[in-house]
Amino acid sequence: MLRRAMSRTFTKAVVVGASSGIGESIAKRLSASGASVALVARRKSELDRVKEGLVHRETAHVYAHDVSNFDEVPELFDRIVEDLGGLDLIVYAAGVMPKLDEGEYSFDKDRQMIEVNLLGAMAWMNPSAARFEAQRSGTIVGISSIAGERGRRGNPAYCTSKAALTTYLESLRNRVSRYGVNVVTIKPGFVDTQMTRGMKGLLWLISPDEAAETILSLAHDPDGPAVFVPARWWLVAFIIRMIPSFIFRRLNL
Amino acid sequence: MSQAESMQLRKHAPWKVLDGFGRSVVAASRYAAPESADELASLVSRARAEGLPVTFRGSGRSYGDASLNSAGLVIDGTKLNKMIGWDPGTGIAELQGGVTIEGLWRRTITDGYWPHVVPGTMFPTMGGCLSMNIHGKNNFKEGPFGEHVKDFDLVTPEGSFLRCSREENADVFFTAISGLGLLGAITRVRVQLKKVGSGLVRVDPCAVSSLREMIEEFEKRIPHSDYLVGWVDCLSEGAELGRGEIHQANYLHEDEDPMGPVGFHTERQTLPTRILGFPKDKLWLFMRPFFNNPGVRLINTAKVISARMNHGKKYLQSHVGFAFLLDYVPDWRLAYGDAGFIQYQVFIPKETALGAMEDILRMAQEAKLPSYLGVFKRHRLDDFCLSHSVDGYSLAMDYRVTRENRDRLWALTRRFTERVLQAGGRFYFAKDAVLDADQVKAAYGEERLARFRAMKERLDPNRVLMSDLGRRVLGLA
Repeated sequence: MLRRAMSRTFTKAVVVGASSGIGESIAKRLSASGASVALVARRKSELDRVKEGLVHRETAHVYAHDVSNFDEVPELFDRIVEDLGGLDLIVYAAGVMPKLDEGEYSFDKDRQMIEVNLLGAMAWMNPSAARFEAQRSGTIVGISSIAGERGRRGNPAYCTSKAALTTYLESLRNRVSRYGVNVVTIKPGFVDTQMTRGMKGLLWLISPDEAAETILSLAHDPDGPAVFVPARWWLVAFIIRMIPSFIFRRLNL
Repeated sequence: MSQAESMQLRKHAPWKVLDGFGRSVVAASRYAAPESADELASLVSRARAEGLPVTFRGSGRSYGDASLNSAGLVIDGTKLNKMIGWDPGTGIAELQGGVTIEGLWRRTITDGYWPHVVPGTMFPTMGGCLSMNIHGKNNFKEGPFGEHVKDFDLVTPEGSFLRCSREENADVFFTAISGLGLLGAITRVRVQLKKVGSGLVRVDPCAVSSLREMIEEFEKRIPHSDYLVGWVDCLSEGAELGRGEIHQANYLHEDEDPMGPVGFHTERQTLPTRILGFPKDKLWLFMRPFFNNPGVRLINTAKVISARMNHGKKYLQSHVGFAFLLDYVPDWRLAYGDAGFIQYQVFIPKETALGAMEDILRMAQEAKLPSYLGVFKRHRLDDFCLSHSVDGYSLAMDYRVTRENRDRLWALTRRFTERVLQAGGRFYFAKDAVLDADQVKAAYGEERLARFRAMKERLDPNRVLMSDLGRRVLGLA
């Protein structure tokens, strides 16, 4: 059966959002495992720094690109595939969560989150899914969030962007899994990155490298699941999904 | 310039995953389906400006990668499907490039005209029929499709407009027909049709017990046949190697036709709605369990027994019923499973055909990769540049592709190809998915390919038109 693909090894990978956090750690681990890696992020200087830290920097490529410049993606994607000589993995790790104060309503911030967290993912995953469907193999990893499980009061657009990304990835999985393509939705809890810096009392905080290790091992699983990282967040998600709305709105979650 | 026209195709054209008819080759590309010839020409010129390679696609009936274009732009021409004119006096039809064989015969049969040449399916477009220079079961008599084309319009990627006929731009005429769609867009064509005396043909089935007997019987029947086609049981061995059944068909004269002019009505030109009692739409699902070596052996044995029982029992059949056997079971290609199939068709001169074809059948049997369907036809030479035909025979063989047999099958076809080249044979790009540029050079000869490349250089110096097929077999990229 096509769907039951063999265990995957990644040799040609693109990581979007590779200049920090989970994306950077995933890029490092991929390079250490021997893969040629294309690093995509906004800041060239940061990309160069990440590249210098890779085990196989000679087969790595860097591309400065702002994921909200959607029009650039098709050509950049073509170029990356050419530079790597093919593609078997895309990790979309770009994501932003600008701080939203109590009582603050900012459409600019909302738009930025939708553009970076959701539309950028679609712009990158469309050509990837088309290519993978045609080649009857490939893996797409999207970093969503446990924040997409409920609409919490703290940051409406962030929760929206992640809920939408989770749904988009599920649809994509249902679309391409029959062609041997693996789509993995990662829903991390709290990871020690710039995004969570300064926040206090974070539950089950893990390092980006710990997250990357789990994510890559999940990406090797051919059954394309949607998973919480660390896995115990499943229980939290299960519980908060059960909380009735009239109670949920009174909680400070 | 409208907003849509100012948008870059490379950035904004949607992606589409397209397959060849055999489903064994698949490619993701940009995609556009223009509504008019002007829009098509404008798309090509925008793609040229962006350096984006373009492939034309009609109904997607080529088995391999002729209408695929990895990462480039595929322009689907099927919306250009208008019949521009039809003159029952002369039997000449004027059509846009996206009109299908079906669109053509449905309009002309009521006036008593049938295309001189039709393939085994009614779905290919005019653009595809000309670009591949398709043939039918009467190739030995009527030649390929191109011989019945009066003239056509070719829009080149450089934006020139060429009217091509045997008198005007004759060199382009004989190269663009059979030109794989790599020289320009065929936007309009005039085709000569044949006046037929009846809506029916008389079919004479004949069982043959070997490939040798098949060839002998063909030679005997050629002088007095309008159509000849052979089915070959590719699993039969030994003295019965290549056994099968011939169907000869002849046009009826008006005085022989029991149905009379009523037979020209389109409602008399139909395919059966049920086959062996099954509703045909889902028949491919019931076929699927039989598409393996024992299953096909069973079916072929049944067909051979039935052929022997029906030997010489003539019957009348509509043109559509006789011509479009491949359309009897919709979606039959799905019966081959997820990884699809390839059709490997060889064209071999009559002097060497028997030995080479027998060797190929044996090689496939020894490799335990027999063809599940073999179709045998007689051909003659023609004047088109990349023509596939020879003064001899063709054998088209469908091979199931699976994930585990794919490499072995491709290796097997390399051995077939060596044998075909040794016998002086050729291939057919509408079917091919396996050849490489060296094999094609050996089959077609440097002179012919040089002529094609010179025409390509003249009409498309920037190499705008390019398909996965062109990259693979012509080394044009």
